[in-house]
Amino acid sequence: MERLEVLKTYKIYIGGKFPRTESARYYSPKNAKGQALGNICLSSRKDVRNAVVAARKAVGGWSERAAFNRSQILYRIAEMLEGRRAQFIDELIFQGATKAAAEKEVNLAIDRLIYYAGWCDKYVQVLSSVNPVSSAHFNFSTYEATGVVGVIAGQKTSLIDLVSIVAPVIAGGNSCVVIANENLPLCSVTFSEVLNSSDVPGGVVNILTGKQAEMIPALTTHMDVNAIAYCGNDSATLATIQENAVGNLKRVRAYDKNWMDAKSQDLYLISDFQEVKTTWHPIENIGGATSSY
Amino acid sequence: MNKKGGLEIPDFNQSPKIDKVGVEERVARFQKRSIKKESKMQGLRMALNMIDLTTLEGKDTPGKVKQMCYKAMHLHDVHPGLPTVAAVCVYPSMVKTAANEVKGSGVKVASVSTAFPSGQAPLEVKLIDTKFAVDSGADEIDMVISRGKFLSGDYNFVFDEIAAIKEACGKARLKVILETGELVTLDNVRRASDIAMYAGADFIKTSTGKIQPAATMQVTYTMLEAIRDFHLKTGKMIGMKPAGGISNSKLALHNLVMVKETLGNDWLTNEWFRFGASSLANDVLMQIMKTETGIYQSKDYFSID
Amino acid sequence: MAKKQIKGWDYSPAPESTSHIDLKKRYDLYINGEWVKPSSKKYFKTINPANEELLAEVAHANEKDVDKAVKAARKAYEEVWSKTSPSERAKYIFRIARLMQERSREFAVIESLDAGKTIRESRDVDVPLAANHFFYNAGWADKLEFAFPNRKVEPLGVAGQIIPWNFPLLMAAWKIAPALATGNTVVLKPAETTPLTALKLAEVIHDAGLPPGVVNIVTGYGDTGAAIVNHDDVDKIAFTGSTGVGKIIQKAVSGTNKKTTLELGGKSANIIMDDAPLDQAVEGIINGIFFNQGHVCCAGSRLFVQESVYDTVIEKLKHRMDSLIVGDPLDKNTDIGAINSKEQLDIINGYIKIGKDEGAEMYQSKCDIPGSGFYCRPTLVLNVAQSSKLVQEEIFGPVLAIQTFRTVDEVIQKANNTPFGLAAGVWTDKGSRIFNLTTKLRAGVVWANTYNKFDPSSPFGGYKESGFGREGGLHGLEGYLKMN
Repeated sequence: MERLEVLKTYKIYIGGKFPRTESARYYSPKNAKGQALGNICLSSRKDVRNAVVAARKAVGGWSERAAFNRSQILYRIAEMLEGRRAQFIDELIFQGATKAAAEKEVNLAIDRLIYYAGWCDKYVQVLSSVNPVSSAHFNFSTYEATGVVGVIAGQKTSLIDLVSIVAPVIAGGNSCVVIANENLPLCSVTFSEVLNSSDVPGGVVNILTGKQAEMIPALTTHMDVNAIAYCGNDSATLATIQENAVGNLKRVRAYDKNWMDAKSQDLYLISDFQEVKTTWHPIENIGGATSSY
Repeated sequence: MNKKGGLEIPDFNQSPKIDKVGVEERVARFQKRSIKKESKMQGLRMALNMIDLTTLEGKDTPGKVKQMCYKAMHLHDVHPGLPTVAAVCVYPSMVKTAANEVKGSGVKVASVSTAFPSGQAPLEVKLIDTKFAVDSGADEIDMVISRGKFLSGDYNFVFDEIAAIKEACGKARLKVILETGELVTLDNVRRASDIAMYAGADFIKTSTGKIQPAATMQVTYTMLEAIRDFHLKTGKMIGMKPAGGISNSKLALHNLVMVKETLGNDWLTNEWFRFGASSLANDVLMQIMKTETGIYQSKDYFSID
Repeated sequence: MAKKQIKGWDYSPAPESTSHIDLKKRYDLYINGEWVKPSSKKYFKTINPANEELLAEVAHANEKDVDKAVKAARKAYEEVWSKTSPSERAKYIFRIARLMQERSREFAVIESLDAGKTIRESRDVDVPLAANHFFYNAGWADKLEFAFPNRKVEPLGVAGQIIPWNFPLLMAAWKIAPALATGNTVVLKPAETTPLTALKLAEVIHDAGLPPGVVNIVTGYGDTGAAIVNHDDVDKIAFTGSTGVGKIIQKAVSGTNKKTTLELGGKSANIIMDDAPLDQAVEGIINGIFFNQGHVCCAGSRLFVQESVYDTVIEKLKHRMDSLIVGDPLDKNTDIGAINSKEQLDIINGYIKIGKDEGAEMYQSKCDIPGSGFYCRPTLVLNVAQSSKLVQEEIFGPVLAIQTFRTVDEVIQKANNTPFGLAAGVWTDKGSRIFNLTTKLRAGVVWANTYNKFDPSSPFGGYKESGFGREGGLHGLEGYLKMN
């Protein structure tokens, strides 16, 4: 007899753990051939809530880590992804991609992680400023993470759409709650397994599968979410998100990009989820000494 | 914690910290006070009455001192009703001459002592110097602290020396000169002020007039804050004497504003506040005449001395 | 010695003269380089809050007027301003800065008359800083390619700008200067209680020869502001004001392509550690909460004092408060002027009443205050609980809520425990502690061993519900640019 295949249960990813949705519901998106992709968790508003709690708990430690350390961890994600290339390619093909497209996407996702890994300890240098104020003060502006970012991932493809937005968000020290690709969820779930084996602290990235329409309201109205990254081009959805964000003045960033485009990676995707902090301190001119005699 | 005469002596290493930029901002606000009309006249008269008219030169002679003493009592006889200055300030060898001259006028005689201005002499010499001045008739003694000892961290030495001089002063009031131009930082100024007050100073004074910078408003303000804190803690009033560099009326008025807003009106008498200056008096006089007549004045009409 | 010792010394009145100013009885709208009558035909009064006397009547712009202004701005953008070379644009802005400096005294006196702020502040802070903002931003006009590495930038188009009454001229400068430098044209609405200096600025802009329509000033109330926000042909909304109105604006622009920057409210923590330079810290507390009558979005309105120095700090603070002079804004010796309006005074008094009703320990300085006009004594509310409204809500007046703390962790938590995140102050002599606090406080501006300092080169703006976007400095340009 042929060996019976062990099927994968696709779970969501919250606080570094892989629970099933608390609602115990599922959905079964199908590929173009009509094959069910799997029994995917149909996450609920409560899953959103739990994920935000996990993200909030994680953001302090993550944002205070040395930038160099965050850089190493992003590089580690790329390493782990490289090690699982075959699995991602298989999933992408199963979801409907050609082999060539699938390979290209995985390669690009790995390279993109490395691109942002490199930025972790550089964007502050590039964007910060020392401001020459007129008074006897030292004044500088630097960047800090905005906090918990709600990410609504792009719906074109499964892996690169997720990696392209999550990487800059976490490179900048934020944590995030991601609403994954609704119809092509497999790589999102598998990517959370990569994250889990890459020294990314639990809660820094939380990934939920399910219906966007169900989760977006809970995520975008949540008073403990500081920013929203909306990847898509539906103007009605964006308008709703913007309205929902008003409650606690979330920063809303919308991206209608083809993430397969090499030019879609950018320093400013990091700074979009940063706050500029300006610090002042007096400079004492002791005894009137000058630096040149 | 040590005790001296019922006072708890604090650890002078723990003297309050001073932020110089903050002090400069506060001083700038005093300088922005606009003193006009009545308050200006009142302030100018007050300033005159707070001056310690000073001559501290190697070439001082009884003749010079006598002339200055006359000026102290007759600032500008053309204008009747002006106050006298508070005191004349001279070297110990000139005290007897000065005391004779101002006798009965209410003008006090202050004498520098303790190997002024450097203070580089043994304590015995400083005590003899002080006693000589007191015995010659000085009402007030202006001593200098040992800045070298202070800067090398020997605060106990500085404290004990002041206490010893205070004892030698007897009834004379003791002004302790910190020579802030040599202490450099405001943190040091604050610490030296605390040491002087706890050791028994009746007045603290910025400078000898021989070192620059002397009585900057930043330094004086720092010392006024020290006096206020000492008063809050002990209930004792200490006097303040900025000396050196206060040569015009505007600066004098700004100093008075600073005293008023830092310590209050109680300190606005020559019992608690003095200007150590030689050229201030004439500028104040010129301002008084200008304010009264509306006409700008010439130095030729005001006696030097 | 003079027999009679003089005791006590008070400052004689030293009022700034108002003879040097030129105020019209009635102001129209400044649209397309001309003064035009409002189609509403309505005018409203602006009064001097120090004595409630009428200063001038000012046009109330309606939707039609706003539309006219936006059309003028659009036309000026398309036909003139976007075709003006950046270096020429810079020269116009430099010229505005210079003209403001030349007319500084007039601006200062009118600002004090209209807003109730002290002449000391309008003369030494508002007016010079406003001119400096033009001067600083002017130089950016032809250097924008250096501001954002690897990006090509272009202006957005027409910027609608709505400014508050607390720094009328300064806020106009904060808004107009970067908008012009980045190549946008402007429709600006000043606050209804303080429109005069913005209208005087229109005169300066006119005298500077700026092409018609590049800057338009429309006066009015909230409906005028709403007309700007809702106008389809506005590309950018820059708003400074309350968080409540900021949210209404943000909601209104949802689903549009309008870019927004919001500078909103705050309840900023001013933290005094036990090793701080206490006398300077006290000055920082005073400056933090009583600057501009406390009408400052970044006011240090929550004071946290470490328990071991609490008594000392409060004693010094009360002493310093008692030396503050409250009164005629035009007197050069006045430290605290008039509350901007009757409405604002009522709001502040409402909070003071809450404090009294809650039985809070309160201290008000003993100074005299004038009998007419809108005045409020500097007020401390001591030992107040974190959950009190006085700690939670922005009062926008000279009322300081004081709390104690024991450890650094505790104060960081309490300071961050607010929906706002505009500013914070930290007072300590220890460098490493300064950086611990300044990095952990969630606020856009952190003053260490100083407070309420502003500079054109220094970005200003908040975290969380204090708004988004920055104004000032290199970072202030971003809100007026499209990045390609």
